[in-house]
Amino acid sequence: MNPMNYVLLSALLFSIGSAGVLLRRNAIVVFMCVELMLNATNLAFVTFARMQGTLDGQVIAFFVMVVAAAEVVIGLAIIVTIFRSRRSASVDGANLLKY
Amino acid sequence: MTATTALVNAAATDTGTGEAVVFWLLGPLAVIASAGMLLVKKAVHSALLLAMTMLCLAMMYLAQDAPFLGVVQIVVYTGAVMMLFLFVLMLVGVDSADSLVETLRGQRVAALLAALGFAGLLIFGIGDVTTVNRGLDTANQGGNVPGLADLIFSRYVIAFEATSALLITAALGAMMLAHRERTAEKVTQRDRSVARFRRPHPSPLPGPGVYARHNAVDTPALLPDGTPSEVSVSRVLTARGDVRPPSAGALELRDSETGDVP
Repeated sequence: MNPMNYVLLSALLFSIGSAGVLLRRNAIVVFMCVELMLNATNLAFVTFARMQGTLDGQVIAFFVMVVAAAEVVIGLAIIVTIFRSRRSASVDGANLLKY
Repeated sequence: MTATTALVNAAATDTGTGEAVVFWLLGPLAVIASAGMLLVKKAVHSALLLAMTMLCLAMMYLAQDAPFLGVVQIVVYTGAVMMLFLFVLMLVGVDSADSLVETLRGQRVAALLAALGFAGLLIFGIGDVTTVNRGLDTANQGGNVPGLADLIFSRYVIAFEATSALLITAALGAMMLAHRERTAEKVTQRDRSVARFRRPHPSPLPGPGVYARHNAVDTPALLPDGTPSEVSVSRVLTARGDVRPPSAGALELRDSETGDVP
């Protein structure tokens, strides 16, 4: 099996995640789809590290994980704050900046 | 000659059979789970399917000579991050399903087309690339974790320091966002005590019924005259219609004990 298959799988997962971001209306599910995209890129990084024979790709994947953890904390806090004031977690609800 | 180079290339890029089995088992599973994440209606089910995808990816990291990342993926992602997601779902309301109203007309079709086109571009673009597979045997010689540590604390040390600042900022930001100012005066013990004695029952509310065959919070206790006591079960259960009447068996048992069998 060619290790390129991992990269193809990662591309597939990334596009499924992007479809989720565009399709779903619940802010938490949108957020989970962003996480799926980050995971897909991590898989690509790990595969490239293995193909190139160096550990740099794994280090980058590790940093992506750290940044994703910070992003999840802030994003979920924002969702909870919006939910508290608007009683809804729908991305259609937060449209005050439109007017 | 071309056959020989092809053979050499195949040997250079080929992975073992065991890894191929792992990939063809877990790859479709990951794709199905992530596609299901898009299609299921409830957010909790999406979260569980995402956890499954992440576990599949962790196994793939382990198969690709990245044991540290595989373990971190399980501990950080499926452990911490998904727990955080489920916790917030619990706060926001587990049954907050998506609204099916399209606010922008044709948005769903356009989004699907865009995603399909994106997938096609990526996959056909990648499909043409010639690859090498050097393998991590030399890089992992002294162990995967020491190798990563060498890189993180030498070449990537600035980035590592920056992540520490990022994490502290994220923690402070989450505290700022989740903090709520107190708008009313704090209720003291004296206030609570005064309020309790203004109620019809100054004593604690009676517990639910304990019978020989029923011992649950949804069965009301009986008053001395034999009628069920409404305050002995939670008002939430009453509103949901989940309160069970004390069964006939329980009443008979009580009557036979007191001696007045009807």
